[in-house]
Amino acid sequence: MHELPQNLVNGLLLGATYGLIAVGYTIVYGIVQLINFAHGEIFMTGAFGALSVYLGLGSGTSMWITIPLMILGAIVTSTVIAVLTERLAYRPLRNAPRLAPLITAIGVSITLQQLVWGFYPSAKSPRVFPSLPGGPYHIGSILIQSSDIFVLVAAVLSTLFLAYFVRSTRTGRAMQATAQDPDTAKLMGINTDRVIVIAFALGAAFAGIAGVAWGLRYGEIKFDMGFLTGLYAFTAAVLGGIGNIYGAMLGGLVLGLVQNLTAIYIADIPGMSQFSSQSWSSVWAFVILILVLMVRPQGLLGERVADRA
Amino acid sequence: MRNRSLLVLTAIAATGTLTLTACGSRASNSGSSGGSGSTTVTIGVDAPLTGSLSALGIGIQNSVDLAVKTANKTNEVPGVTFKIEAMDDKAAPQQGSLNATQLVGDSSVLGVVGPLNSGVALTMQKTFNNANLVEVSPANTNPALTQGPNWQTGTKARPFASYFRTATTDAIQGPFAAQFAYSTLGKKKVFLVDNKDAYGVGLVGTFKDEFTKLGGSVAGQDHVTSGASDFSSTVNAIKSSGADFVYFGGEYPDAAPLTKQLKAGGDNIPMIGGDGNYDPTYVKLAGTAANGDYATSVGAPVESLPSAQTFVANYKAGGYSQAYGAYGGYSYDSAWAIIEAVKAVVSANSGKLPSNPRAAVEKAMGSVSFSGVTGTVAFDQYGDATNKQLTVYGVKNGLWATIKTGTFSG
Repeated sequence: MHELPQNLVNGLLLGATYGLIAVGYTIVYGIVQLINFAHGEIFMTGAFGALSVYLGLGSGTSMWITIPLMILGAIVTSTVIAVLTERLAYRPLRNAPRLAPLITAIGVSITLQQLVWGFYPSAKSPRVFPSLPGGPYHIGSILIQSSDIFVLVAAVLSTLFLAYFVRSTRTGRAMQATAQDPDTAKLMGINTDRVIVIAFALGAAFAGIAGVAWGLRYGEIKFDMGFLTGLYAFTAAVLGGIGNIYGAMLGGLVLGLVQNLTAIYIADIPGMSQFSSQSWSSVWAFVILILVLMVRPQGLLGERVADRA
Repeated sequence: MRNRSLLVLTAIAATGTLTLTACGSRASNSGSSGGSGSTTVTIGVDAPLTGSLSALGIGIQNSVDLAVKTANKTNEVPGVTFKIEAMDDKAAPQQGSLNATQLVGDSSVLGVVGPLNSGVALTMQKTFNNANLVEVSPANTNPALTQGPNWQTGTKARPFASYFRTATTDAIQGPFAAQFAYSTLGKKKVFLVDNKDAYGVGLVGTFKDEFTKLGGSVAGQDHVTSGASDFSSTVNAIKSSGADFVYFGGEYPDAAPLTKQLKAGGDNIPMIGGDGNYDPTYVKLAGTAANGDYATSVGAPVESLPSAQTFVANYKAGGYSQAYGAYGGYSYDSAWAIIEAVKAVVSANSGKLPSNPRAAVEKAMGSVSFSGVTGTVAFDQYGDATNKQLTVYGVKNGLWATIKTGTFSG
């Protein structure tokens, strides 16, 4: 039966990457109600940051040193770019009508894409990304690459860290307060500008990790990889309930599974074989999204409809 | 207040841009009617100069540029100076259509080289044809472009008299690959993958027809999204189908990750593709996974042709930073065909361009025949190249190597 366990694993791994990116959409939306369409590009710059570190180190360095440094490089690159875009593009529009920052986000997205295309060496065609040594490993009928293990570990650790950060640190609680009511939070002495910057930086750090995971898994990165992936991650955030960080992860996993399973199993329904292919899988993903939103408009784990629409 | 000033600024910026654009097109119009000394003829180029196919597109642009410079240096057409006007279509049909309109609007343009993608060509043909502007594609292989949508049922009808190409069609390329896979490699079960555009679907279609006619079977088929990175569902479908090779209709940015993920997934079967796969980047991206894969491409390998040595040397001397790519020789020949047509028109009209140069150039194209980079360049009654050679390339130790050159006959 088309190797169901393998498809489940592939779907979950793809979903975990979506989830890591979706967290960035959801944190920023939860706090400033901005759909940051440039977030897909933040993910892309993270991957290029990691590649730069790799190229800078040379090939002789041990993997145990290279990989952590690449992750660090990705996080630093994407965080710096995210904070800069917040400062230069979004903050001046903080009190503008909702549409202005949204359109700005699309502009930032195109700008970042073209900057990488134009100025990163040989980024005009896809760049080869290093791959992890070792593997593949056989677990029963399932084949797992070493990069898949990286995705798994990264997703779990990141989610645990985020949960701890938001619940148990002072900054995390300040973020929660700002999300609930920015004006009151300000009156309580919370520096909301700082909280917003932290939200952008946190989302970007996750996107950076996702960028490394993506590169390791597929072996190549390209300047326009953030667009489609960002769109799916945004969908995942909405599916899970935008504003809810666990929702983003869950939405990512559901989306990854749906995309992978529909691409294969729709063909087994009599008369539906022409609707089953890798390209139709995104259609099915959106069909599921619409169905879920019809029953639960707030998304899978969404809170009550926000008091500030 | 702040909002209003922003609005005003935007308005000013927008007006400024519009005015500038208008100036631009007016200025470029004056070219052809210029002084009595020398007439400027523009050769347009339309190709993806940005995006993931830009490596091929820039190769096309540079090769046309080389042809134009060579023609000016040797004073190929006395009294006429050629220049190049390159447009970026981003491999997107909508952009191609916009570019076509803009090129038609510039009256100094007497011929256009491009586009790269068959899907883009479909949106440009009519615009060019209405203006009698000659379009020569170095890379389009979809048969319907020259022989009409019903070419497969035998009713060939040329839809647009202004469209020519120097590349061979998929009506030959697909069956040629099928024969190679079935007879030479001895493969009997294929898994078909296409990227849903005019080129990929057409190529897979002609391949499938010939392959099943020879006695091969189709184990399965999938359609992928261009630009996607995750092909795990396709890989699983291929594995469980039990196919002994994959035939891919599309371009290398999708083909390379697919073959890489296929082999990482433990299915070590070759991928065979068309001219869209035949690019050094394919091997670079797929790494060792590309070894044992094949691709067919139009014509004989440029490097092996004695006629191409001058082109290769001149290209190197031209100092272009990007390689001429898979279509360089064909682009040079496309541009040179236009130059030859202009030359014929000018010499028939006592050394000057006639009052309606575009229609005259279009008419002259049909009888153009010269010895170009890729062999003898001439066009048949459909606007197709009379040179119908194809070559199979295979990846060996990380490099494309020539396997065999030939053509498909019935």
